[in-house]
Amino acid sequence: MLANYWKALTTPLINENPLTLQILGICSALAVTTSLDTALVMTIAVTCVLAFSGMFISLIRNYLPHSVRIIIQITIIASLVIIVDLILKAFFFEIGNRLSVFVGLIVTNCIVLGRAEGFAIRNGVVESFFDGVGNGLGYGLILMIVGAIRELFGHGSLFGYQLLIPASQGGGFEPLHLMLLPPSAFFIIAGIIWFIRRKRPEQIEKPEFSVRVRPGAAEK
Amino acid sequence: MNDLMALFVRSVFVENLALSFFLGMCTFLAVSKRVDTAFGVGVAMTAVQTVTVPINNLLYVYLLAPGALAWAGLNHIDLSFLSLIAFIGVIAAMVQVLEMTLEFHVPKLHQSLGIFLPLITVNCAILGGSLFMVERSYSFIESLVYGFGSGLGWALAIVMLAAIRERLKYSDIPDGLQGLGITFVIAGLMSLGFMGFAGLG
Amino acid sequence: MADNTHSENPARALLIALGVAMVCALVVSFTAVVLRPHYQTNLENERIGRLGSILDALAEVTGEVDVSKLEALVVDLATGQYDKSVDAALYNARKAALDPAQSTAVSAENDLAGIKRRANHAVVYLIRGPENSVEALVLPIWGVGYQSAIYGYLALSADSREILAIKFYEHGETPGLGSRIQDARWEALWPGKQAFDDDGAVIVHVGNRGGGDGDNRIEAISGATRTSMGVDGMVRFWLGEYGFGPYLSRIRRGEG
Repeated sequence: MLANYWKALTTPLINENPLTLQILGICSALAVTTSLDTALVMTIAVTCVLAFSGMFISLIRNYLPHSVRIIIQITIIASLVIIVDLILKAFFFEIGNRLSVFVGLIVTNCIVLGRAEGFAIRNGVVESFFDGVGNGLGYGLILMIVGAIRELFGHGSLFGYQLLIPASQGGGFEPLHLMLLPPSAFFIIAGIIWFIRRKRPEQIEKPEFSVRVRPGAAEK
Repeated sequence: MNDLMALFVRSVFVENLALSFFLGMCTFLAVSKRVDTAFGVGVAMTAVQTVTVPINNLLYVYLLAPGALAWAGLNHIDLSFLSLIAFIGVIAAMVQVLEMTLEFHVPKLHQSLGIFLPLITVNCAILGGSLFMVERSYSFIESLVYGFGSGLGWALAIVMLAAIRERLKYSDIPDGLQGLGITFVIAGLMSLGFMGFAGLG
Repeated sequence: MADNTHSENPARALLIALGVAMVCALVVSFTAVVLRPHYQTNLENERIGRLGSILDALAEVTGEVDVSKLEALVVDLATGQYDKSVDAALYNARKAALDPAQSTAVSAENDLAGIKRRANHAVVYLIRGPENSVEALVLPIWGVGYQSAIYGYLALSADSREILAIKFYEHGETPGLGSRIQDARWEALWPGKQAFDDDGAVIVHVGNRGGGDGDNRIEAISGATRTSMGVDGMVRFWLGEYGFGPYLSRIRRGEG
C-alpha cells in the first residue's frame, strides 16, 4: 500500500512530469514564472486543487453517471479554484493581484482535468490524493526552475532578495531584459526538456521521417 | 469605430492569446502537427470565442457584477465570486450547441475535428478571453469584437506554428529537442516576433 | 472507467448532479461570505499604500506625513470647485471614466493623454502644515503610454507652480525600458521643475520638443520614446484646462 502511495507521489516528478512529458499545464508555466514568489504561490495553489479534486472525485467515482461525469468533475474543480482564489484575495492580496486571471485559469489547467479523468476516476481516495500532490510537485519543480532563472537573470534577485546589484542601483549587473519577456519562458523550458531527455533517453520522441543515408556514406 | 478597429487589431496581434499570454497552449502544442487539423481547430475556437465572450459579458454585467442586480432592486448583492463557474457553464453549453450544429450541418468538419471539439471547453484561451473581458470592463460590442479578434489571433498563431512544424519535418533536430522541445523554441521565436506589434492600435 | 457499471437512469444522474452542485454552492458561498471582510480591508490598504509612496517622496519637503492626515477632497474638474456632494472615500475615478453619465468625452485634439473619456470628478489630497496652511497638493493622473495605461500621482507646491514629486504606481510598459519611469533616478529629475509660467500656461514637458532650459524640462528615457511621450502628454493634459487647470487657477488666485 505504502509503496503505491510513494510511487504515485514520485513518478510525476521526473519520469512522468506533467509539463515536460505529458504536455499538460503549459499555459500558466509560461506566464507566472517572471518571479519566484508567483511561481511558488501558483505551485501551491495547483497542488492543493490537484490533491483535493483527486480526493473528492475518487470519493464519488462509483456514483458518477457517465453522461454528466465531465461536468461534475469541472464543478468540483471550479469550486476548489474559487475557494483558492478567495483565500488569496483575503490573505495574500498582493501576490494574488500579480497572478491575476491565472488563478481562475487553474480550472482549465489541463493537468487537473487530465489527472481526474486519467487517475482519480479509477483509483482509491488516498492514492488519488498522493497522485495529485505528486503531479502538483512535478509541475512546481519546472515552474520554480524557470522562475528562478528568469528572476535571477531578469532582476538579479531571488524571492525579492537582491543577489546581483543591477547597474541602475549602482552595481555591475546588467539585467537580461529578455528574461522578463514572455518568450524567454519558452526557451528555458525547451532547454529543460533537452536536459531531461539527455538523462532519460526513453523520453525522446522518434522523428516522423529519418534522413536516409546514401549507400556507402558514413553512418549518421 | 476607430476604437473597435484598434481593439480588433490589438487582440489579434499585440495581445495574441497564444503568443503573448500563453493561453490554450496544450491544444496549441498537441494539434499543430498538420496545417489542416490546426485550421479546423482554429475555426472552431474562433466560433466558440465569438459567441461566449459577449454572452458572458451580459451574464456578468446583468447578474454577477457587484451591484449588477440593481434592476431587480438588489443592488448591494455581489455575486462576482460565481463568475468562474458561470462562465464555464456557458462555455460548456455553447460547445455542446456548436457540436450538435456541426454534426447536422457540416458533418465532414465535425468528423475531422473529432475529440478536439469537446476539448475546447477546457481550453484556457476560451475561459481566459472571458476573464480578460471582465478585467478590462469591456462593453457588449467590445466583447463581440474582442471575442472574434482573440479567437482569430489564436487561430492564426496555431496555423502558423503548424506550417512551420510541417516544414521542419525533414530537418535534423537534436534528439533531446525532437518533437516537444523544438516546438517550444519555435513558439518562443514566434512570440518574440509578435512582440514587434506592440504599440499597434 | 470499468468501475461505472450503473445503468443510465436520467433521474438518478440529475439527482447526483444537483447534489454535487448544492454541496459546492454551499461551501463556496460560505467561504466567500467569511472572507469578504478581509478582502475589503486589503483593497483599502492597497489604496493607502499607493498614496504612501508619494508621501515618502515628499518627506523632504513636508516632513513625515501619515496617510490618514491627508485631507481628501473631491474636485469638479469642469469648474474647479470642490464638490462636497461626492464622498471622497467611495469615489472610483476609473469606473466613472467608463460611465457616460459620470464622464465627459475629450476631443482628439485636446486629448493629450490619450484617455478618450475623462471622469467628471477627481479626488485631490491636501497636505497641511503646522498652521493649517497647505504645503502640497497631490493630484491623481493617468494616461496612455506605449502599450498600456499609466497611473500615478503628481505632487505640486501649494501655489501649484512647482512640481514637488511624481510617482507612478501602475503601468504595463516594456520591462527594462518604459518601466524605467518607476526608476528612482528618473523620478529624481522631477522635483523642482516649474509646471506653470507667470501667465498660467503649462510649460513643463518631457523630452526635447518644447525647447526651454532645464527649469521645466525633464529628459526623456532613451529607448522608451513612446512611453516618455505618453508621460509628457498625461502630465500636460492633467495640468491643462481639461484636467486640473480650472482647479489650479482657483488655487493660484487664492480661492482655495
